[in-house]
Amino acid sequence: MSRLSIRDVSKTFPGHRRNAPATQALLPIGLEVGDNDFITVLGPSGCGKSTLLRLVAGLETPTTGEIRLDGTKIVGAGADRGVVFQSYTLFPWLNVRQNICFGLREKGMKLTEQRDISDRFIAQVGLRGFEDHFPKQLSGGMQQRVAIARALANDPKILLLDEPFGALDNQTRVLMQELLLGIWEQAQKTVMFITHDIDEAIFMASRVVVFSARPGRIKAEIEVGFPHPRHYTIKTSPEFMALKARLTEEIRVEAIAAAH
Amino acid sequence: MKLLVPVRRESRIALGVAFFIVFVALWSFLSMSGAVPRHFLATPWQTVASGWNLFATQGFTHDVGMTIWRVVGGFLLAAVIAVPLGIAMGVYKPIEAFFEPFVSFARYLPASAFIPLLILWVGIGEAQKLTVIFIGCFFQLTLMIAMIVSGTRRDLVEAAYTLGCKDTGVIRRVVLPGAAPDIAEALRQVLGLGWTYIIVAELIGASSGIGHMITDSQALMATDHIIAGIVVIGLVGLLSDVLFKKVNQHLFSWSLLR
Ligand SMILES: Nc1ncnc2c1ncn2[C@@H]1O[C@H](COP(=O)(O)OP(=O)(O)OP(=O)(O)O)[C@@H](O)[C@H]1O
Ligand SMILES: [Mg+2]
Repeated sequence: MSRLSIRDVSKTFPGHRRNAPATQALLPIGLEVGDNDFITVLGPSGCGKSTLLRLVAGLETPTTGEIRLDGTKIVGAGADRGVVFQSYTLFPWLNVRQNICFGLREKGMKLTEQRDISDRFIAQVGLRGFEDHFPKQLSGGMQQRVAIARALANDPKILLLDEPFGALDNQTRVLMQELLLGIWEQAQKTVMFITHDIDEAIFMASRVVVFSARPGRIKAEIEVGFPHPRHYTIKTSPEFMALKARLTEEIRVEAIAAAH
Repeated sequence: MKLLVPVRRESRIALGVAFFIVFVALWSFLSMSGAVPRHFLATPWQTVASGWNLFATQGFTHDVGMTIWRVVGGFLLAAVIAVPLGIAMGVYKPIEAFFEPFVSFARYLPASAFIPLLILWVGIGEAQKLTVIFIGCFFQLTLMIAMIVSGTRRDLVEAAYTLGCKDTGVIRRVVLPGAAPDIAEALRQVLGLGWTYIIVAELIGASSGIGHMITDSQALMATDHIIAGIVVIGLVGLLSDVLFKKVNQHLFSWSLLR
């Protein structure tokens, strides 16, 4: 069953000054995302990946086409689509637990229930003992873990992540990939994950969607068949290497196009 | 001295105190050596003695009390209207477009220039004093708060929407807590501004207050009283500032995290 359905969606940003040319960020694209799918969107910088995610999140409105989640047309942001942004967006005046409970409190959930749920997600992202810390007292990786927990605690129908590990060092990034994948394997959620890192895209995805250079359109959709649970060692397997070589070639062409 | 490197607490206090010592020493030299005639500049000791005398025998406490109440009263009146208006202007751009040009213009009107007009309109009573402070604080405060609220981090607002907030929830749970430390800081600065207006308001047509005492003393050439009055204003202003700062630091400890 298709959960998220993107039909003929394009986005053109008007020029910010009069007579300034408009920017076509996305050509009309179509994409179906099934229930419990983990898709990664891969593409060169500036190809419209964030734009697509923001359209699904309801933070932008499409210029043409429409996006449906479980058959309902998306208008505006809502708690049914959890978002983890590339930049750090924890509320600096709230501690870790309060950040995670932000959406639950908005729903008017009872405090004891909020506590149970936040306890569970704090444990899941490995932040026990940091409940009372403020965002500024956490490292970048810890902040993104809280952001993931905050989005998941709301129990969204789909989780949207925009290069959430982009600012992290390589080791931390790999640990975070395993963490997120582990959560997904347990919880079974529909996930759309944006990245420009090929390893990351293959390692987590059940399907990789490759974008062309701007204006973005979908260039290829590639199934990734590795069984779950996945272990980081698959990254050195010949199958992984072969996929990586293929995607590297696809992306390279686009990156060259983007640079011209 | 290294660029931008903070000094230790002890050295900071020592340096701060050192300035006052140098200042008082210079003042003593000028007044006691006769470089400046006594009736123009009282000596520090004379000033302290007359200051004490003012409080002890001439009911100066009442004057100080009146002045404080006028500043605080006018400031609170301004804050009660400026804070919600500034927030509304910061959040809703049409409201900003409606008020901003006028408020920006009014900000440059010197509050003290209104005193003659206000005396005609509301007399020389308390209403005139409060109105001067109000005019002096209100426009400044409104603009500062509108600007602070406009600066709310967009990414946090968007995050709140994706977590299920509606507009009122975003204002209540993101805009207000995010802007609160800066709003408190703006209030502190504008209260300081209030102190600079009150004396002018009291110089004309007042029967009590520190400014009134200063005008009276001028007629008597009592420079020791005038200087004592000025020092008291400085001290009360400093005290209110420190109190304000402490309360802010206590309420918004999160914003001090580096
Ligand atoms: N609000 C906006 N107004 C005008 N143009 C925009 C806006 N947002 C994005 N764009 C343009 O749309 C294009 C795609 O931007 P987008 O942020 O979606 O790229 P991206 O694929 O996420 O890139 P990156 O990998 O660098 O994050 C860019 O050319 C950008 O200049
Ligand atoms: Mg992006």
